[in-house]
Amino acid sequence: MSTTPHDALMICEHCDTVYRRRVLTRGDVAKCARCQAILERHHGLSRNAMLALVLTAMIMFVQANIWPIVTLGLNGQENSATLWGTIIAMWQQDAKVVSVLAAATLFFFPLVKMISIGWLLLFARSGRRAPGFVPMMVTLHYVGPWTMSEVFVLGALVAIVKARVYFDVIAEPGIYAYAVLTLLITVFASVDLRSLWELTSEKPA
Amino acid sequence: MSALPRASDLGVIGCHVCRLVSSDPFDHDHPDHAGHGDVATCPRCGSALHRRKAASYSRSWALLIAAFMMYIPANLMPIMRTASLNDIDDNTILSGVVELWTKGSPDLAVIVFTASIVVPMLKFLVLGTLLITSQRGTDWARPQRAKLYRLVELIGYWSMLDVFVVSLLTALVRFNVLSLVEPLPGVIFFGLTVVLTMFASMTFDPRLIWDGRETHE
Repeated sequence: MSTTPHDALMICEHCDTVYRRRVLTRGDVAKCARCQAILERHHGLSRNAMLALVLTAMIMFVQANIWPIVTLGLNGQENSATLWGTIIAMWQQDAKVVSVLAAATLFFFPLVKMISIGWLLLFARSGRRAPGFVPMMVTLHYVGPWTMSEVFVLGALVAIVKARVYFDVIAEPGIYAYAVLTLLITVFASVDLRSLWELTSEKPA
Repeated sequence: MSALPRASDLGVIGCHVCRLVSSDPFDHDHPDHAGHGDVATCPRCGSALHRRKAASYSRSWALLIAAFMMYIPANLMPIMRTASLNDIDDNTILSGVVELWTKGSPDLAVIVFTASIVVPMLKFLVLGTLLITSQRGTDWARPQRAKLYRLVELIGYWSMLDVFVVSLLTALVRFNVLSLVEPLPGVIFFGLTVVLTMFASMTFDPRLIWDGRETHE
C-alpha cells in the first residue's frame, strides 16, 4: 500500500494513472504522461471573479430569453421569434421530441447550471459548503455536457443566412445577448468546478 | 510495474463524479473487501464507485447501434418543408447543405456539412473502432485512440446545429399562405441520433483503451 495520503493523489480520468498532486502556478496545465489528457489546469479566476461572471451570465440569459432573436419581414408582414417561441412552435408542429430537447439543452439545463454554480460560489467565497452542496455538485456533473447555447447561436446565424435569400432579416437584441453568453460559456469551459470539493471545508454552512 | 502506476496497481480507486481518490474496496487486500455485485460508494459524494464504468462495452455498443438505426432515416427523410404559394420544397440534411452552398454562403455550408454529416460519421467510426480495438485488448496506437475519444467528446454536441436551424426557421417563417416552414420527421430522427451518440460516448470508458496487454513498455 502507498504511504501517500489519498487526498494528495489524483487519478487520470482517461487512463487510470495515479499521480501526486502538484501545486500549479499561473498558466500551468498538468497533463497525463500516459494519455496526454489534461489532469488539472490553473485558472487565474478567483471565486469572486467567477461569481461575478456567473451573475453576468444570468443577466445575459434573462435578456437572451425575453428579447426576440431575429425578425423576418415579407411584404410588410413581420414575424419574430424568441427561444420559447421556437420551443412552442416545434411542439405545435408535432416535433415534440425536438421541442423537449431544445427546452432542456437551451433553457432548463443552463438555468440549473447557472443557479447552482452561483449558489455554490456564494458560499465558497468564504470556504464554506453551501446547503445542498453534495447533491448540487453531483447534479452539475451530470448536467454538464447537456447545455448547448453556443450551438444555438451558430444555428441562429445559419438560419439568418438561409432566410436572407427570401426575407428581410433584422437581428434583434436576443442574438447579441446570446453572443455574449457564448463568450462567458467559453471562459467557464476551462474552469473545473470539481476543485470546489477541495476548496471548501467539510463542515456545512 | 511500469513507471506510471495505475489505480489498480496501488489499490486505490477514483470517483467518477468528484474525482476523490480512496482505497479500492474491490481490492483483495482491502480490510472490508467488497465482493462482486456489492455496491461501494464514494465517501465524499456518495456516488457509486466503479473501477470501470458499468457494462461499458454492451451499453456503448447498444447505444451506438441504436444511434446508427436513427441515423439512416435522419438522412433519407426530409427534415424541413418550405411551402409557398405555388411551391412545396422538402429538404434533407444534405440538400439543405447544397442549398446553403449555392444560395447563401459556402463557408457556412462547410460548417453545417461538418456539424451534420462529418461529425456524426466520425463518431460512428471512432467509437466503433475504439470499442473493437479495446475489446481485443490491442496496444495499437493507444495515445492516438485516447486523443480521438477526447475529440469525439468535445465536438459531439455540435451536431445539434441543424436541429436548431430547423426549429428557428419553423418559428420564424410563418407568413400564412405566402411562406411556411414545417419540421418533418427526419429532424426528430436526427435529434435522437445526436442524443444517442452522446450517451454512447459517455458510457464508453476510455480507461479500457489502456487495459489490454502491453507488448512494450
